[in-house]
Amino acid sequence: MAALTQATVGAAPVGPPRRRGGLVPLILLAPALVWLVVFFILPTISLASQSLQTGDIDNGYTLTWNFATYVDALSRYWPQFLRSIIYAASATLGTLLLGYPLAWFIAHRSGRHKTTLLVLVVAPFFTNFLIRTLAWQIILTDGGPVAGFFRATGLTTVLQAVGLTDNDSLLYSQFAVICGLVYNFLPFMVLPLYTSLERLDTRLLDAAGDLYANGWNTFWKVIWPLSLPGVVSGTLLTFIPAAGDYINSKLLGNTQTVMIGQIIDSQFLRVLDYPIAAALSFILMAAIITLVAVYVRAAGTEELV
Amino acid sequence: MAARLKASGDLRLVRLTRHFDDFVAVAGIDLEVPSGSFFALLGPSGCGKTTTLRMVAGLEEPTSGQIFLGTEDITATRAYQRKVNTVFQSYALFPHLSVLDNVGFGLRQLKVADWKAKSMEALELVKLADRARQRPRQLSGGMQQRVALARAIVNRPDVLLLDEPLGALDLKLRREMQIELKRIQSEVGITFIHVTHDQEEAMTMADTVAVMNAGHLEQVGAPADLYDHPATTFVANFLGQSNLLPLELTGADGAVATGTSHGVSLTVDATQLPTDRSAGIQLGIRPEKLRLLADADGRAANRLQGTVTDASFTGVATTYLVAMPWGQELTVTQPNDGSDRARPGDPVTLGWDPHQAFVVPEAG
Amino acid sequence: MGWLRRNLVVIVGVLVMVYILIPNLVVTVFSFNKPGGRYNYQWNSFSLDAWLNPCASAGMCDALGLSLWVAVVAAGVATVIGTMAAFALGRYRFRGRAATNLLVFFPMATPEVVMGSSLLTLFVAMGIPSGQVTILIAHILFTLSFVITTVKARVASLDPSLEQAAADLYATPAQAFWRVTFPLVAPGIGAGALLAFALSFDDYIVTNFNAGATTVTFPMFVWGASQRGAPVQVNVIGTVMFFGALAIVGLGQTVGSRMRLGSRRKETV
Repeated sequence: MAALTQATVGAAPVGPPRRRGGLVPLILLAPALVWLVVFFILPTISLASQSLQTGDIDNGYTLTWNFATYVDALSRYWPQFLRSIIYAASATLGTLLLGYPLAWFIAHRSGRHKTTLLVLVVAPFFTNFLIRTLAWQIILTDGGPVAGFFRATGLTTVLQAVGLTDNDSLLYSQFAVICGLVYNFLPFMVLPLYTSLERLDTRLLDAAGDLYANGWNTFWKVIWPLSLPGVVSGTLLTFIPAAGDYINSKLLGNTQTVMIGQIIDSQFLRVLDYPIAAALSFILMAAIITLVAVYVRAAGTEELV
Repeated sequence: MAARLKASGDLRLVRLTRHFDDFVAVAGIDLEVPSGSFFALLGPSGCGKTTTLRMVAGLEEPTSGQIFLGTEDITATRAYQRKVNTVFQSYALFPHLSVLDNVGFGLRQLKVADWKAKSMEALELVKLADRARQRPRQLSGGMQQRVALARAIVNRPDVLLLDEPLGALDLKLRREMQIELKRIQSEVGITFIHVTHDQEEAMTMADTVAVMNAGHLEQVGAPADLYDHPATTFVANFLGQSNLLPLELTGADGAVATGTSHGVSLTVDATQLPTDRSAGIQLGIRPEKLRLLADADGRAANRLQGTVTDASFTGVATTYLVAMPWGQELTVTQPNDGSDRARPGDPVTLGWDPHQAFVVPEAG
Repeated sequence: MGWLRRNLVVIVGVLVMVYILIPNLVVTVFSFNKPGGRYNYQWNSFSLDAWLNPCASAGMCDALGLSLWVAVVAAGVATVIGTMAAFALGRYRFRGRAATNLLVFFPMATPEVVMGSSLLTLFVAMGIPSGQVTILIAHILFTLSFVITTVKARVASLDPSLEQAAADLYATPAQAFWRVTFPLVAPGIGAGALLAFALSFDDYIVTNFNAGATTVTFPMFVWGASQRGAPVQVNVIGTVMFFGALAIVGLGQTVGSRMRLGSRRKETV
C-alpha cells in the first residue's frame, strides 16, 4: 500500500503541454498585431496628445500640456456625459428586462421553432440600423396607432409624469431615445443570454421546485446565478456602445436629449475644435473602462477576454 | 511514402528517457516487445506508461535514448513516418468525416488504391460495416471505440498502440471488448501494446506484462510469473494483494533457507531469494495461499498465531483479517470447501507452504 | 389564471419578438408607398415605383456599391489576418499572450465615437487624406477583434488529439492541417467573416469620422438623406437585405437537411 501512495504522489503534470512554437505564433500574429498597434494604440496616444495641444486647425497645433482643456470640457459638457451614462444604463436595464424572457422562451419553450426565432433575432442586422431607426419615427409618429393607443390608455400621462416625455406625443423625447437604444441593442443582450440559458438543464428546475417549491426562489437561487455569464457579457455588449451612441438621440430625440457622442461628433467635424473634442473622447473612454472594470470585478467574472 | 515505412519486427526501447522540465516522466527504460505479441504496459496513473507509448507513436520526443523497430532506429522519425498506429484514449475520431472516411484516412494518406474495400473489411472485423456512412457522434461509446480500432488496424501497422482504450466504457462493455480485442489481435497478428492501469485487464489480455512505476520498469514477464514471483514490493502490491513480513535470514541448507520474522522462525524456498539483499528482504504470501489451521495440525512448516478481527463471506470464499501479536493484520482468503469457519475474536493459527511464498527486497 | 402564469414567458417572448421585428415590417410596407410630400412618413398610396427604379435616387446605388466593396475587402482582410492571429492565440503558449488578448479585447470595448475620432486625429497628424483607404483601415480595425474572438473560440475548443491522430495516420503537419484542423475550424471562420461583413456594411459612426468630404458609403447616404427626407428606394434596399438574409439562411438549412436526409437514405440501401 505504501508503494502505491508513493507512486501516485509523484504524478505527472496534467494533460499534454501546450506547444511552444518558437517563431510560428509570432509570424501568425504579426499582421494583426501591427494593425492593432498602428491603428489602435497609436491613435489612442494621438488622441491623448491632441487633447493637450493648443492652436487651431489653420495654423496647426503644438503640444502645450494644456490640461485646462479637460476642466473646460467637463464643466461645459458634464450634463451630456451624465445623460449618456443614464440613458445607456436605462437602455441596458431595458434590454435585460425584455431580453431575458425572450431568451428563455427561445431556449426552452420554442420547440422546433428555435432556429427560426434565432435567425429572426439576428436578421434585422442586415437592414442598415439607420433605416430601422428611421422606421421608429414612423412607428411613434403623432397620428399613428401607437401614439393613439398610449393616449387612449393614459400611458402618455404616466410618461409625462415621470418626465420621459414633455407633452402627449411620443416622438422626439427621452422615451423615444431610450426606446430606440433598447431596440438597437436588444440582440446583443438576447444572444449571450440565450447561450447561457440554453446550457441550463431544465431538470435542475424540477429539482429546485422540489427543494424550494417557489418560482421566485427558483429563479433567484438557481436560474439567475447560472445565467450570470450571459448577463455580464450581454450588459457589456449593450452598455458600451449605447454610451457612445448618438444616432438614436439625434433621430428620435430633441435638443434636451443630446448625448456626448453628438458633442464629440460636432466638435470634431463641424466646430473643428480638436483639443476639446479629443478631451471629450478621452474622458468617455476612461469613464467606460472604469465603469466596466468595477462592474466586471463586482460580478466576479473575469473570463471575458 | 510506402517505401519509407518499412522495417518490421521486434520493438526495442534502449535507455528511453523523457523529462518535462524538472519532472522525470520516463527514467531510461530498456524493453523488448517481440513481434506479434500482446503486450501490456501496466502501472498507476502518472507512472510514465502513456508517455512511453507516445514516444513509440512519435507524438512525444524522447529526451534521450533510442527506439528500434526491427533493425531500424526510428527515434528521429516523425509520427507520420512510422508504421505504428494508435487507438487514442478519447478515440480522437474526426467528427467531420464519416465512419468510412475515418477508417480510410490512413490508407488514403498512403495512397492505397482500394482503400474503400480494405476499410470496409476492417469495419466488418469490428462488426460495424452497416454504420459506414454515419458520423462518429451518431454512434455509442463502444462503437466509437471499435471504429478507432478499425482505423488503426486497417493500416496493418507493425505495432498497434492502445492508450487505455477501454477506460471510458462501462464494466460489461469492457469485458466484451477485452475478449473482442484478443480475438482481433490473434486474427490480424499485429503486435499490440496496451497501456492500462487495470491489473486485471492487463493479466487477462496480455501474453507479457511490463509493470511501470515512477518512470521505471519494475518487472516484465508473463502474468502468472508476475503474480507468483513478483520481483519487488511494488509489483507484489500492485498485482493483487500481498501479506508482507520482514525477514531476517538465519541459515540456508540447500533448497531450504530459514529466517525469523518478529521472532517467529520460518522456512522459505532458497531458490526464491533475491540476489540483492543489502536493504533487507521481505517475505510475501498471497491471501489465498494462507490457511487457517486446526490447532492439532502440526505438519505445516510455517505457523503464525493471531486473532481474527474481521470475517467477510463472499460466497466462494471467506476473507479474514487476522491480527498478529505485533499489530500487523494479515489477509487470509479461505475457500468455502467445508472447513470450519472462524469468527471475529477467535484465536487462530495460520500456515502456508514455503514454495507458495515469495521473497522480495525491502522497498528502498 | 394558471394558464396565464405558465405561459407568461411565452407571451412576453412573442411580444418582444414583435418589438424586434416591427421596424423591419414598417420598412417593408413603406417601400411600397408613394409619399405625398418629401418625407416618407405617412402612408399615401401603393406604388411599385421604388422597386422598379431602385437606382433612381441620385447617388444611392454608388454609395451601396462602395459599401459592398468596402465590406467585402475589409471582411476579407480581417478574416485572413484575424484567423492567423486566432490560431496563434488559441494553440500556442508564448510570452505576452495575455497582453495580446487584452489588446484584442480593447477595440470591442471602445465606443465607436472614440475609435472614429482617435483614428481621425492620427490621420490628421500623419497627413493622410481621408477617403476609401482610411475607411478600409478603420473597418479592418473594428472587425478584426470580432473575427479573432470568434475563430479563437473555435480553435481553442478543438481536441488536440485529433491532429495527433492525423499525424499517427501518416498525415504530414500540412496535410493534417488541411484535412482535419481547417475543416473543423471553418464554421468559425465563416461566422467571423459574416460578422465582419455585417459590421462593416452597417457602420456609420466610425466611417463618418474617416470618410472625408466626398466619399459616401450607404449608411452615410441614408444619414444625409434622412435630414431632407429619405427616398423610398432606401426602404427597398433595407427590405431586400432583410429578406435576402432570411432566404440565404433558409436555403442553407434546406440544403443541409436534404444532405442529411440523403445520406440517411443511402445508409438504408
